[in-house]
Order: sequence, then C-alpha cells, then structure tokens
Amino acid sequence: MAEAALAVRDLEVRYGPVAAVRGLTLEVGRGEIVGLIGPNGAGKSTTLHAIMGLVPARTGEVAVAGRRMLGRSPERIAAAGVALVPEGRRIFAEFTVEENLQLGLAARRGRYGRAALSGAYELFPVLGEFRRRQAGLLSGGQQQQLAIARALVAQPDVLLLDEPSLGLAPSLVDSVFDVLTEIREGGFAILLVEQRAQRTVALADRTHVIANGELRLTLGPGDADDTEKMVAAYFGG
Amino acid sequence: MTALAAVDAQTLVDSVGLGAIYALMAVGIGLVFGVLRLVNFAYGQLIMAGAYTLAFTANWRVGWSLAACLVVVVALSLAMELAVFRPLRGASPAVMLVTTFAIAFVLQAIALLIDLRDNTLGEVATSVAPLNQAITLRGVEVRKITIVAVIVTVVVLALLALLLNRTRIGLHMRAASTDFSTARLLGVRANRVIGVAVLLSGVVAAIVAVLLTVQLPFVQPDFALRETIVVLVGVVVGGIERLWTATLGGFLIGFATGIINGALPTDQTVFLPSAVFALVILVLLLRPSGLFISGRPAAERL
Repeated sequence: MAEAALAVRDLEVRYGPVAAVRGLTLEVGRGEIVGLIGPNGAGKSTTLHAIMGLVPARTGEVAVAGRRMLGRSPERIAAAGVALVPEGRRIFAEFTVEENLQLGLAARRGRYGRAALSGAYELFPVLGEFRRRQAGLLSGGQQQQLAIARALVAQPDVLLLDEPSLGLAPSLVDSVFDVLTEIREGGFAILLVEQRAQRTVALADRTHVIANGELRLTLGPGDADDTEKMVAAYFGG
Repeated sequence: MTALAAVDAQTLVDSVGLGAIYALMAVGIGLVFGVLRLVNFAYGQLIMAGAYTLAFTANWRVGWSLAACLVVVVALSLAMELAVFRPLRGASPAVMLVTTFAIAFVLQAIALLIDLRDNTLGEVATSVAPLNQAITLRGVEVRKITIVAVIVTVVVLALLALLLNRTRIGLHMRAASTDFSTARLLGVRANRVIGVAVLLSGVVAAIVAVLLTVQLPFVQPDFALRETIVVLVGVVVGGIERLWTATLGGFLIGFATGIINGALPTDQTVFLPSAVFALVILVLLLRPSGLFISGRPAAERL
C-alpha cells in the first residue's frame, strides 16, 4: 500500500500544562481533501502549526510521503513539500503581488522560474492584472487568492489551509471553495481547517470533527445535509 | 566675513563626511537588527578589530592591509553569529542585548591584551593615511577622505538597495525582516538569511574601520565605541524598524555631531560626549520600547 501523502499519528501538542491536541491521528492521500472542523480552540490551527513545525509536538509523528517531519524547522518542512495558507493570510502587504508569489518559490530549490508564476496568474487572472501593485491594496478576497497562489507556486505535495474563508463576504467564500474544487484536480493532498462546517463536509472526501484537541467523529460528504448529525458533532452529542 | 563663511562651509563639508560614516554604521547595525531583532552593541568592536588589523598591517601593501581588515572583521562577525547569536536564537531581546554588551567587553579585553604586548597602549594605523590630505575647492579645504567617505557610502547604499530589491536573497531578507515566521513557513531559510545579513554587516564594519582610521589613526581598545553609541542613538531616533530611516538617523546624528563640534569653541569640545550621552539617556527614557521591539512589526522595515 502506498504511503499517505500526509500521515499524522498520535499527535500531542501542549501549551504549558494545557493539552491543545491529544492523540490526533489522520491521513490525507494524494488528490484528497480532508476537512478538519470543530469549535474555536478545538486545536485545529495547532494541528496545522505542529505539522508545519511552527509549534513543537510533545509526542506523535508527522510523516510526509513516509518521511518524518517532527523536529524539523518550518523552512525544511516547506522544502519537503508542505505549504500552509495561514489564518489571516499573512501576505506581505508592502511587497508587490509578484514579490509575494516569488516568496512562495522560496521552498523550491530550483531557479527563480517565471513559469511557476504564470501558472498562478492563469488560475487567478486578477493577480496577473495587479502583479505590480502592493499586495496590501488588494481586496480581502484577492488577498486570500494571493495567499493560496503563494502556497501553490511552491508546487507542494501537501497543502494546509487554515480557515481560508475567514472574514470573507459570502460570495467570496464561494470563490474560495470553487478554487479548492479546482485545485483538488492537481493531485495535492489538502488538509482544510474551516469554520464553515457544512460546506467543508460537502466538499471534502471526509471531515474530522475535533473538540478539546481530540478527534470526535468523521463525516462523509453525505452527512452535510444531516443537520442533526452536524449539530451533534459540534456540541459533543 | 569671507573667513567666517569659509569656516562654516568647512564645518559643513566635514559634517557631511562624518554623517556618511555614521550612516554606514547605522546600515550595519540595522541589517542585523532587521533579521535578528537584535541591537548589536558589539558592532563598534568589529570596527575596532578592523582598525587594529590595519594598524598591525600598516607596513604591508595597502591592498593587502585592506584585505586583511576585511577578512578579520567579516570572520569575527560570522563567528559572533555562529558562537553566540545562533545558540541564543529565541532568547528574549533583553538577554540578547546584555549578551552583546558582554561580547563588547570581551573583545575590548582581548584587544587590550594584544595591544599591550609591546608595553604601550595604542597602535597607529597609517595604511590609508594619505587620504587625510586636503584639496582646496573654491577656498574650502576638503580632505580627500571626506570625498571618499561620501562616495563609498553612496555606492554601498546603492549596492545594498539593488541587492535587497532585485535579488532572491534580498527579497528573502526583506521578508524575514517584515515577518520572520511567515517567511520561514514559505521556505525562507532563517540561518541563511541571518548569515548573509551578518556577513554584509561585517563588510560594512570593515569599510567603516578603514574610513575611521584615516581620521583617527591612533587605535585603542575603545576605538569606535563612542561612535557606535552615538549611531545607536541616531538609529533609534531615525526609526530602527526600517533600514532606510535608521540609516538616515545615523547620517543626521553624524552630521549634527559634526556641526555641534564645529560650533563649540575649541576649549569646550570636551562637552560634546556629555551632550551626546545626555541624548542617549533622554532617548532611552522617552523611547524605551524603541530599543526592545519584539514580535511581529506591522510594517515592512527595509
């Protein structure tokens, strides 16, 4: 059996005495979207940060295509083919759109290719149009596109998204989910942390619900319309 | 009347020259601050080491003497990063700051030991002393070093701007200075970016060592110490969060020091350091947060 693109096993992360993530196990295969939903403070973002090496894990293992990641620095994990679209986008507001995308190439050992950027401009034409503009001048939705494009130019194997729809108007939320649908064809392994539970469940191949740092249950796309199950998932029923 | 005007123009020219050197020091300090969030109080000791190297190689050919200065200062700068800053990565800004004080004292003590081997304190650096000669331009005596200092500073700043704005490593350095953790998760390699900043800052320190020894050829362990403190004040006043404002601050305080020095009667120039140190205290009282910025700044620095 082939290795999962991303495998997390028995992950435990503590902030001092507080366990933020406890014994979390999940896998994401190539071409899959796996959702991670749950209330605020459930440990969703912490899980992504631990995978990315931004916070140390206490125990457990994170493997990308079978290679162990824990203990590596974020830049080495990025170079191993993991890209994070961070919460709040974290674009470089005073840099141009193009410079932001070029930063996305930092994880790649190869040359400073213009080709990688043209792929991003194809996917997000508005970024091509505004490529010399300061990124901070883009609208919220455009900035989110930039954050996703910046992660994609690195051509990662694993794409982590931390609440990409946060703070966006409903129509823009649609466009974010449309983009995710589009890029799943690219063969990425996508781990999507979201607050919009129903849409995430409907989109993802499977969605894990976590609360208090623990995996509570796993939902399939068919459960999206089962309101009772969704509510129960959130309120620990 | 003409004499007075000439003196004023003289002071002005000298002050611009001094400002240029201080601006370079500000660049060296600002580069490292950008990526490490560290105010390196030991920066002056890098310059001091360069000045001693120039003194000890004074009878070599000029080119070799300058090369030796560059090699020693850059090596020392990189050694500081590898032996001290890197192990302390993630330590609080206060710890880092106190550590740079310690490095400064250690380096001064080492310099004293080396200097005193011939039983006299101080060495004379004469490698590039001819630059101290003056040429007369429209009745104003301009020392060659002033012209050299201004040209060198402009060239260094231009090259640095090119590096930061036109190259991949420059982009990575700017990103790291703006938001290090986001830069790292995009794959910007922390140690490489910091290494390059430390290297460049060392090169700048070597250049400053050469320029300063022309005017102050008598090298002692406290060489460049006062200048460093003055520049740090300028950097904080100018705005340490951005490299260019820090550089401008360095230039302005150098220029102002030159003007005040020229304006003070000769028998009262002893008060110049007092005035400068009073300014240090004032700045630290008024802007304590300016020197100990931690976390993620909202704005781009470089």
